[in-house]
Amino acid sequence: MIGALIARDVRRGFTGAAWLPIAFFLLVAALMPFAIGPDAKLLSRIAPGALWIAAMTAALLPIERLVEPDRSDGVLDQLFVHGMAEESVAFAKIAAHWVTFGPLLLVAAIPASALLAMGGSSLARTELALAIGSPGLASLAVAIAAVTAGLPRAGSLAGLLLLPLAVPLLIFGAADAYLLEAAISLLLTAGAPFVAGAAIRAART
Amino acid sequence: MTPLLRFEGVALRRGGRLLFEDLDLNLAPGETVQVEGPNGSGKSSLIRLAAGLLRSERGRVHRSALGLADDNLALDRELPLRTALQFWGGAVDEAMVQLGIGDLADIPVRLLSSGQAKRAALARVFASTSRLWLLDEPLNALDSDGVDRLSNVIAGHIKAGGAVLAASHQPLPGEWRSLELGA
Repeated sequence: MIGALIARDVRRGFTGAAWLPIAFFLLVAALMPFAIGPDAKLLSRIAPGALWIAAMTAALLPIERLVEPDRSDGVLDQLFVHGMAEESVAFAKIAAHWVTFGPLLLVAAIPASALLAMGGSSLARTELALAIGSPGLASLAVAIAAVTAGLPRAGSLAGLLLLPLAVPLLIFGAADAYLLEAAISLLLTAGAPFVAGAAIRAART
Repeated sequence: MTPLLRFEGVALRRGGRLLFEDLDLNLAPGETVQVEGPNGSGKSSLIRLAAGLLRSERGRVHRSALGLADDNLALDRELPLRTALQFWGGAVDEAMVQLGIGDLADIPVRLLSSGQAKRAALARVFASTSRLWLLDEPLNALDSDGVDRLSNVIAGHIKAGGAVLAASHQPLPGEWRSLELGA
């Protein structure tokens, strides 16, 4: 059933608003030259960090539709009744969310890099860092989506939770410290299903 | 005969209020039990407890594999009805025909009326291979044809060795053992 759930969520992601976070990511990147000015050297220097900030803020956008619709419509209850552990549900949602977010983010980073006057090698390093960090970012998004599901003003609360928790990814990702970034991403990816699973159980009424 | 659902001295508290305590129940194959009681007496909570979606304060609940139909549709609203039901597996086409929604197979779930949506939620359970069915207010939004079809499907399930625990504030068609809450 876990494969069917991943396929379902991937389909829902792509037929829903998967493009929205990516459009937001590009928009944030496009705003940088307006805010900083046309100094190509300066833009190029801050570009990796700017792309990471754009990626983190873009990751916030889909949070409210990752878990809450399935909670309120009884899908999470039915998955439990069908014998699927909450942690498996969370893992499936993380996998599906990354598929609909990660690769598109990596593709969108290419035009974004042009807007920020990034060189080829700088873009390659940032792409690698995003590839390593995006599973951690997706895991964090699903865990926070589960923790805030059903709460009033969940979107705002999710932002307050996600951004500080994603800071280690930002620090190591923007600094090209791949091993440390991979360790953090792995930790988030391994821990998020358990956090999200516990939150799904606790939210049951 | 091994019961499909057994409550042993179960107590349930919700929102600080004790809904029931020392509740014993055995539901054997071929049995139907209707949970009755006034609003707020804990009928739906008992169904969720039986499904494992709530934890009892005291006592133990033993259950076999089950199907649950409650107020939540749990179907992808953008998909055609048959495709949405197929996500949950089982004999979907047969269940749809039995509940009189076979001709709605290609209609998106979001376009179903409340009565049709109720039939779809029931079809999700009927399509499953579970012997234990938990139904919460199964008559809500059903017209007389829907009630007749529900009655026939339950009769067939019981004949095949299944069991049904249903919470309803109105009389269910057929023979049901009563479990009164809040009395």
